[in-house]
Amino acid sequence: MAAKLILSMDGGIIKEYPLNKERITIGRKAHNDIIIDNLAVSGEHAAVVTILNDSFLEDLDSTNGLEVNGKPAKKHFLQNNDVIEIGKYKLKYITDQITQTTPEDFERTMVLRAPAKKEEVVPAGNKPAEPQGATKVQPGGKPVKEDAPDSTGKFDSFKVGQATTQTFAQTNPGIKSPTSGGTKPSEQKQVAVVQVLTGPNAGKELELVKNLTTLGKPGLQVAVITRRPHGFFITHVEGENFPLVNGRALTNQAHQLNEHDVIELAGIKMEFYFKG
Amino acid sequence: MKIAEALELFSQTDPGMVRSHNEDSVACEPVCGLAVLADGMGGYNAGEVASGIAVSVVATEVSHRLLNSSPVEISENGGEELGVALLRENIQKANASIFHAAQSQPQYAGMGTTIVSALFYDNRVAVGHVGDSRMYRLRGENLESITHDHSLLQEQLDSGMISLEDARMSKNKNLVTRAVGIDAHVDSEIHVHDVLVGDIYLLCSDGLNDMVEDDDIQTTLFALQGNLPLAASQLIQMANDNGGRDNVSVILVKVKGRFSVPRGLLARILNWFKK
Repeated sequence: MAAKLILSMDGGIIKEYPLNKERITIGRKAHNDIIIDNLAVSGEHAAVVTILNDSFLEDLDSTNGLEVNGKPAKKHFLQNNDVIEIGKYKLKYITDQITQTTPEDFERTMVLRAPAKKEEVVPAGNKPAEPQGATKVQPGGKPVKEDAPDSTGKFDSFKVGQATTQTFAQTNPGIKSPTSGGTKPSEQKQVAVVQVLTGPNAGKELELVKNLTTLGKPGLQVAVITRRPHGFFITHVEGENFPLVNGRALTNQAHQLNEHDVIELAGIKMEFYFKG
Repeated sequence: MKIAEALELFSQTDPGMVRSHNEDSVACEPVCGLAVLADGMGGYNAGEVASGIAVSVVATEVSHRLLNSSPVEISENGGEELGVALLRENIQKANASIFHAAQSQPQYAGMGTTIVSALFYDNRVAVGHVGDSRMYRLRGENLESITHDHSLLQEQLDSGMISLEDARMSKNKNLVTRAVGIDAHVDSEIHVHDVLVGDIYLLCSDGLNDMVEDDDIQTTLFALQGNLPLAASQLIQMANDNGGRDNVSVILVKVKGRFSVPRGLLARILNWFKK
């Protein structure tokens, strides 16, 4: 079943309207698809444009405007259970698209054709407006995990050695400010940390809150610590010498770090542990 | 510097965490500076067949033609540079092969593929693409997509119908508006870009950019540019760690030196002898 709008006023449902056309208009005048005969409603008040499974609400320069979920909106990409308010009237947007499609269908790469040359996988009632050629469907859900806002975070890199007088904060040539990631590690039980044990920066700590943290000096010796769902891994990136973990040189493979492992890189020793 | 010495190429492809087989295909031809990546679609193994045809046609035909000709020559038909014309002609050729295979074999009906191809020559790169496989460029610290997806979502973004934030929630993700092998003719988009020493180019299927944010791609490429195989496997690992819902393929190209085409008298004489 296609998405629909449910018109109600003061909690009483008036009518349901399936979104079975590409464009559905809402207004006071008789030619609209959804007619709301109320003087607070403009002649042509708003339109809902549906393209395949997505519906968009648009205010047609109405006199009194409209609100979506309590906020004024000119244009809005409708999500399931959104409530559109026009004066005293409410229109609830319901789509069961997600539950209708199995995850497998979602990921399948499919071909959609605008000109009806073959019976392809075009869902009934959906006629893309594109004038030309082929369309591939890989209906994907939302692939990037909701719970990983900091997985989009930036990474820090810091150089060991050399920077004798600088503090760690200053030696962070991070691509973006580390604070711009926006996610504090407080949601996590533990924060992984690398603490420098030797050299001029001895005692300094670096919290591994990013997906990638590079250690070392470019051109000389660089290693990267990657954060993955099941732990932290160190990998050799460049340089003739491979980093040592607990005195043993790494191979080309990523090596999972355990609590209190000692990493030695470019002559500097560092300890990996969890804090908090 | 010869093209093979000026460029470092590395490719890797992975079925991901969900799919049982890999419908992506990749090819690199270091001798002529060519990289091709395709993401096939169609039932059963038709997607693999389509992407396989596309990649092998473009890779073999282009590298074969460049054995005896220079990519900066002006091609006979159309007056384009040969490098550009070769990409255009061979994407069209791949399109015809896939289209005919799909017409003649019922199990391949409706198969098709995206393609992104890059031909490096004369300190430039010609990029030809169809569909939503992308090419990114890391220059300095800036990562930029230098292809423009042929997808419904991109059209919606372009028309201002949907914002970038909303686009992530779209249920119409990855509907492409062009594909190779679906119709008798394909309209490929080809642009030529200048190349600088130090640039890193990434060709990828949507299994990467749907699963991994551009910011994460940027940090990975920037941090690991000294080690392309590691960068490639890290990108694939991130896509898989985020769910790996689709096949994921990457080709990385690092520009280590300049690669001008010799144009002097000597080059012309040598060329004449070759003929």
